[in-house]
Amino acid sequence: MQAFIQEFLDDFQRNFIVDNRWKYIVDGLETTLLVTFLALILGVVLGFVVAIIRATYDKTKKLKVLNWICNIYITVIRGTPVVVQLLIIMYVVFASVNIEKVVVAVLAFGLNSGAYVAEIVRSGIMSVDEGQFEAGRSLGFNYVQTMVHIIMPQAFKNILPALGNEFIVLLKETSVAGYVALRDLTKGGDIIRSRTYSYMPLIATALIYLALVMGFSKLLGLLERRLRNNER
Amino acid sequence: MSVNGEVLIHVEDLYKTYGTLNALDGVTEDIRKGEVVVVVGPSGSGKSTFLRSLNLLEIPTKGKIYFEDVDITDPKIDIDLHRRKMGMVFQHFNLFPHKTILENITLAPIKLLKKSKEEANARAMQLLEMVGLAEKADAYPSQLSGGQKQRIAIVRSLAMEPDVMLFDEPTSALDPEMVGEVLEIMKQLAKDGMTMVVVTHEMGFAKEVGTRVLFFDEGKVKEQNAPKEFFENPQDERLKEFLSKVL
Repeated sequence: MQAFIQEFLDDFQRNFIVDNRWKYIVDGLETTLLVTFLALILGVVLGFVVAIIRATYDKTKKLKVLNWICNIYITVIRGTPVVVQLLIIMYVVFASVNIEKVVVAVLAFGLNSGAYVAEIVRSGIMSVDEGQFEAGRSLGFNYVQTMVHIIMPQAFKNILPALGNEFIVLLKETSVAGYVALRDLTKGGDIIRSRTYSYMPLIATALIYLALVMGFSKLLGLLERRLRNNER
Repeated sequence: MSVNGEVLIHVEDLYKTYGTLNALDGVTEDIRKGEVVVVVGPSGSGKSTFLRSLNLLEIPTKGKIYFEDVDITDPKIDIDLHRRKMGMVFQHFNLFPHKTILENITLAPIKLLKKSKEEANARAMQLLEMVGLAEKADAYPSQLSGGQKQRIAIVRSLAMEPDVMLFDEPTSALDPEMVGEVLEIMKQLAKDGMTMVVVTHEMGFAKEVGTRVLFFDEGKVKEQNAPKEFFENPQDERLKEFLSKVL
């Protein structure tokens, strides 16, 4: 036992303390959180806009051209791997431009997430009973007012679990950012592994992701319960 | 009841087609101020389509609807302004589940009529007193019975101070013991002079409260009359058959 603990401490020392290697993890985590957070904002904004365009077309047959563009966007994004999208944005779209890798990652993951968020939000809008819409319109609310005051608050409550799930997926998906040499959490852990050949950095990386996801799930559960309580 | 009041809604040669089905097949009708027009007919006869066309929840395929002398089928007019003056009550209540009863009632007056919150709340409480549900102001719709929900739905429409109330089978989704409380409110409204168009299967209500009864069949008004004549001396064969089944 004594020997095992001693070995563990030595490993720890070698992986994280020597040469300040812990910095790879901490800096990587910072990058991962930054990319996830900004991509989430971009994805949610994009997703809501696309969803509202698509739902408006479904309900009223207006915005035909925009709906068509949104359909292509969703089809292409959902039909190709996120790594390929990331590589294309880095090496094709911004091939001749000197651009921050973080910006590339935010764009790639935000654009990707937006397509999934759009379908989640649209399903949420469609899940609200048509009678709610008619009740709003019959009182004299216009289309946008009905959406804002009556449909979206109910849709949001319905889709909150799915949106939370999308955030978790997004957080983990950013781990492929290393493909464009962005030093995120995964890349940071892997750099240490390539120096020490130990199991420890990658396990530590995994544990950090796990802790983040569990913490977030907990928060989401609390929020859901609060929203539900509102109706009882 | 001033049956000879001025025309509030004038419907002219109205058609509504779904594919090859003529839900409305040339309806011309006047609704006058103070009238309680009860619309009856077999299911699929077009009576609900007719009612829902009056505030353009259904867009007619052809024909015109004038409400307070404005052609509301003209795409250039702002239909939302006119809908404020036409209250509508649905079979399934359609209360807003994420809002309290008070918020359900005051949402439209505050946002659309730009009433202050105090003013809207005061009026809402007044109306809630009228239907005997003042103590439910802070409850959510899910805590109410069907009959209570429908009474709230009526109040929500009344809070907009409409000139006409449209009822689309308001008691059809209710348990039998709750039908009475809703009809009672509607009776009170009629007595207070509200112009009403009511699609219903409640023949008792038609007889007692209606000033005129329309019989819809195959998208047309096949027969109409004052309630007494309508029920005691029907002419149309389809109406006779219909009445023999429902009475």
